[in-house]
Amino acid sequence: MRKFWMFTPFVAFMVMGVFLFKGLFMDPSKLPSALIDRPFPSFSLPSLYQPDQIMTELDFKGEIALLNVWATWCPTCKDEHEQLNKIGLEEGIPIYGLNYKDDPQLARAWLERYKDPYSKVVVDRDGRLGLDLGVYGAPETYIIDQHGIIRYRHVGEVTEKVWQQLKGLMEIIATEEDV
Amino acid sequence: MRSISILPLLLLLLSFSIQASFETYEFSTTHNEMRYFKLSKELRCPTCQNQNISDSDAPLAADLRRELHRMIEEGYQDDAILDFMVSRFGDFVHYKPRIAPETYFLWYGPFALLFGGLSVVFFVARNRRLRAAAQVSESPAATNDVEDTSVTSALTPEERARLDRLLQQDKNL
Repeated sequence: MRKFWMFTPFVAFMVMGVFLFKGLFMDPSKLPSALIDRPFPSFSLPSLYQPDQIMTELDFKGEIALLNVWATWCPTCKDEHEQLNKIGLEEGIPIYGLNYKDDPQLARAWLERYKDPYSKVVVDRDGRLGLDLGVYGAPETYIIDQHGIIRYRHVGEVTEKVWQQLKGLMEIIATEEDV
Repeated sequence: MRSISILPLLLLLLSFSIQASFETYEFSTTHNEMRYFKLSKELRCPTCQNQNISDSDAPLAADLRRELHRMIEEGYQDDAILDFMVSRFGDFVHYKPRIAPETYFLWYGPFALLFGGLSVVFFVARNRRLRAAAQVSESPAATNDVEDTSVTSALTPEERARLDRLLQQDKNL
């Protein structure tokens, strides 16, 4: 029994060591989303394509899709745009766009210039919807299921590697919907 | 005369860190204004992470200040405002996380550690005392001095004689 107690400081040290070691490789800028498994926040904001047309959260229901938060002032959004083109235009996955705190005119010019992978784009000029979504740094990409529930959030650039991961998740969500 | 002219200069030195925010908001009451300053110091900017929203010049922090101002002026209670922020950005956004099952470790962990440490000290001390007492009762011959006997009772008569000699040497020095 005494022997056992002698080792407790060592065991405690090891447990702490494991946690701290794990901490070395965690990215502190990644925050867990508070909105996972919650419905997409309600909004009513203009569409980028037809400014007089008002979109609501119902526009994001119906199919499993990606929602990409982007802006022309965001350099990483430019980096990931090619990957989004590939996902949206070549693979035909629906991507909703949320144009975040941006000038719609610049946004339209950008989509003309770099191609447009989005099926719908909503204009969130003053960032109210972004705030409701808990957006803290564009670009952010969400998976929304067909009931309009937020299922996953990725903060940062969508690379091929990230896309494969998102795709896997979307397939899993698709199979559970069938049941 | 001299002291009067220096007063305005001294007043210039007065500055308030509270005015370091970037935009100015009008408040209907001073109470609301105080709440705004208190809450904007308690809320962490999710983009810059180590600044509160009153210190940060990130656009998101400006949005959060605007929202905070709106909610305070519309009469929301502090708890409702914090709920609003936490439901969007998670517990992370509040510098003082609320007490919930996920944060029990954070809040009560230090007390558990303190209690654990104190009980270790207590048990070690008690064991030591019990062992000393046991040794005393094993050698009933020496009952006059507890401290002395606990050491000397383990010695044979030869060792005892040697120890006395060595102690004598010290005294002669």
